[in-house]
Amino acid sequence: MGYIGPNGAGKSTTVKILSGILVPTAGRCEVNGVIPWKNRLQHVQNIGVVFGQRTQLWWDLPVIESFDVLQAIYRIPAAVFQKNKARLIETLQLQELLDIPVRQLSLGQRMRSDLAAALLHGPRLLFLDEPTIGLDAVSKLAVRDFIKMLNRDDGVTVLLTTHALDDIEALCQRVMGIGRGKIVSDGSLAALRATVSHERRLIVDLVNAQEIVEDPAARLVERHGRRVELAFDPREVSPAQLISRIAAKHAIQDLFVEHPPIERIIADLYAKHGELEA
Amino acid sequence: MAIGESLKLYWLYVKLSVRAQLQYRAAFLLAALGQFLITGIEFLGVWALFDRFGRLHRWSLPEVAVFYGLVNCTFACADALSRGFDQFGTLYIKTGHFDRLLLRPRSTILQLAGHELALRRIGRFVQGLIVLVWAASVLNVEWSLGRVSLVLFTILGGACLFFGLIIIQATLAFWTTETLEIMNTLTYGGVESAQYPMAIYHVAFRRFFTFVVPLACVSYFPVVGVLGIADPLGSPWWFQYLAPAFGILFLSACLVLWKWGIKHYTSTGS
Amino acid sequence: MKRFLPYRAVVSARYRMLLQYRAAAFAGLVTQCFWGAIRLMIVAAFYAASTQAQPMSLPEVVVYIWLGQAFFGMLPWNIDEEFAQKVRDGSVAYDLLRPVDLYAFWYSHTLAYRIAPTTLRAIPLGLLAMLVLPRLGLAEWALRAPPSWVSGVLFSVSLVGAVALSTTITMLTHISLLWTISAAGMDRIMPAVVTVFAGMVIPLPLFPDWAQPFLRWQPFRGLVDVPFRIYSGNIPPAVALLEIVSQGVWVGCLVWLGRVLLARGTRKLVVQGG
Repeated sequence: MGYIGPNGAGKSTTVKILSGILVPTAGRCEVNGVIPWKNRLQHVQNIGVVFGQRTQLWWDLPVIESFDVLQAIYRIPAAVFQKNKARLIETLQLQELLDIPVRQLSLGQRMRSDLAAALLHGPRLLFLDEPTIGLDAVSKLAVRDFIKMLNRDDGVTVLLTTHALDDIEALCQRVMGIGRGKIVSDGSLAALRATVSHERRLIVDLVNAQEIVEDPAARLVERHGRRVELAFDPREVSPAQLISRIAAKHAIQDLFVEHPPIERIIADLYAKHGELEA
Repeated sequence: MAIGESLKLYWLYVKLSVRAQLQYRAAFLLAALGQFLITGIEFLGVWALFDRFGRLHRWSLPEVAVFYGLVNCTFACADALSRGFDQFGTLYIKTGHFDRLLLRPRSTILQLAGHELALRRIGRFVQGLIVLVWAASVLNVEWSLGRVSLVLFTILGGACLFFGLIIIQATLAFWTTETLEIMNTLTYGGVESAQYPMAIYHVAFRRFFTFVVPLACVSYFPVVGVLGIADPLGSPWWFQYLAPAFGILFLSACLVLWKWGIKHYTSTGS
Repeated sequence: MKRFLPYRAVVSARYRMLLQYRAAAFAGLVTQCFWGAIRLMIVAAFYAASTQAQPMSLPEVVVYIWLGQAFFGMLPWNIDEEFAQKVRDGSVAYDLLRPVDLYAFWYSHTLAYRIAPTTLRAIPLGLLAMLVLPRLGLAEWALRAPPSWVSGVLFSVSLVGAVALSTTITMLTHISLLWTISAAGMDRIMPAVVTVFAGMVIPLPLFPDWAQPFLRWQPFRGLVDVPFRIYSGNIPPAVALLEIVSQGVWVGCLVWLGRVLLARGTRKLVVQGG
């Protein structure tokens, strides 16, 4: 589940309450049937948390030794620990990193190690706070694939707080948007798009760069030499209709139909609710 | 059993910490030497004053040396164990790292105690021990089982007391986020004053350090008991043997304060 | 005077920065009042138990102890951690590139480092010990004014000498870091040595008589023992002048030593290509 919102909206506060380290002044909260802050020890035994900016590993210790300390902390039975550890090392490709002290790891390596560390004790619920921030493209994909697998194959519930909307697009079945402490949207990504706008984009690469492309149902967004980007509402004109109308008037080399960039959607969402990015 | 299990984890922390420090052997030895010297020169002062003045009321140099040696050994123990609390504000609150401790299914006290076992504190311990052993040999102390237990009990109670004071210092960080030095007054100041028998101090000072911060109960009274002399302050022998327990009680009170501090922290967010 | 402009600027900038640590200063003030009180009680107990005449009277020791607490920060018992960090990560190289005399440049930095914390503590503590204590009925434990204005003036002069000496000794410790980059060695031993021989553990005259000749011929006495005893008159004005001169001589020698070592040390640094 994705959790998005402008800075200061209350995302980290929610995560803190859900993980039990912050006590709310009003309201009800239950995770796995337990009130997080009331039964801290029991609650945190069953959750994993990864903060993008801060590692939970011991700075001077080799990664594998951090894992060993965590086994003692979480009281993981030896057999379970070995199994989980082996699997996580394999899926996150940590074999070469195990003997390196954490302070010497790159950001991507550290994030993978932190993910493994958070899952050693087999939690059913995982909170991820900005896990892909600052990562290079390869690491980002690796992390994304891992989370997908975790959710799909192991049934681990993942709450992803992020500004990286491409992560949301790639991973989330459900997206919750908050602004100024209130829920502004909750549902699938498609539903989110729909609340903001139904607008779609048609991008056409013309053969003849000089031609002017017009259509009563479409609005010109941008034009770069051969490439023309049009916006239209699929409720007024279906994509197929629009394409055939344009193709009838112009020679087309290539075309695609897209959603507006997700950043646009989110920005519009915030603007709609009177919120501004900090 | 829960305690045994926690001790196992603590032992793991200790092993890791010791190993990390011994990696930088030269730096550790020098740090320990530096500690040894800077604490040892205090006794140089004591010795010089006795050399010049001869006696301090009814107290001779070897007798004062027992007070000195014991409180230094005691504090060295507490100092070595409490680094996580001593630097709590800077290391955990300011960085937000305390949240991570809360996200682990373990007591925060245990995790912070396991932060580091500061080996270099051995400098102060060795210096105190040397003075203590010297004094004991000069005084020809009869080491009965009772006396030995009393010494060990004093070190335990005293370490608890100092540990408690440092926990108070850490608890303050929940409100101020910085590591305040103000508790140094009571910890280092306490050690300074306990190096001499409490009896020589002003009565208000004595009262404070008996009833508010029971420093006298973990230094003066038990040492009088060990020395086997009549207490100028008039305490009975059984009190001298029981007094270190107040150090342990003090620590329990400080732990309650700590829990209260956590409640405040989790209610206000960061 | 224009030549000194960069150094003056450095001193005032550092000074202003260090003044910001007010809360820490207040905590330090309380700690030091406490410490002063403990030492007073200990020393008073010793004096009360004896009837012999001593090289220093109890009132003179009281003055000594309060001044010692007030000017504690001025002693060269710690090194500037910022500087140590600069050496550790190699950014000390930037200083080598500046168009200034390196020794004087670092001296200015160190001077501010030594003075600023002291001003925050010395003045309030001094005022407290001098003015508040008598109001509380503790006049005999209060910090008394010097016995004559001459002593007072000479005290101020010797205090300047003490600050200069302290900065010079700190400089030597800093320079030693160029050799042992991981900040080992001298800065561990220094605090203990300085504390004893400056007279911060106990006033030097109270050490055994047989030790006095040794204690006379070492530089550290100019840090604490000399200025404080000038203040209380234990060192009479006539002798005080000589003492101030000897402070100056020590400063001169140690500055010369510092410059020589710095030249060697920086050469070493450049050669190592750090």
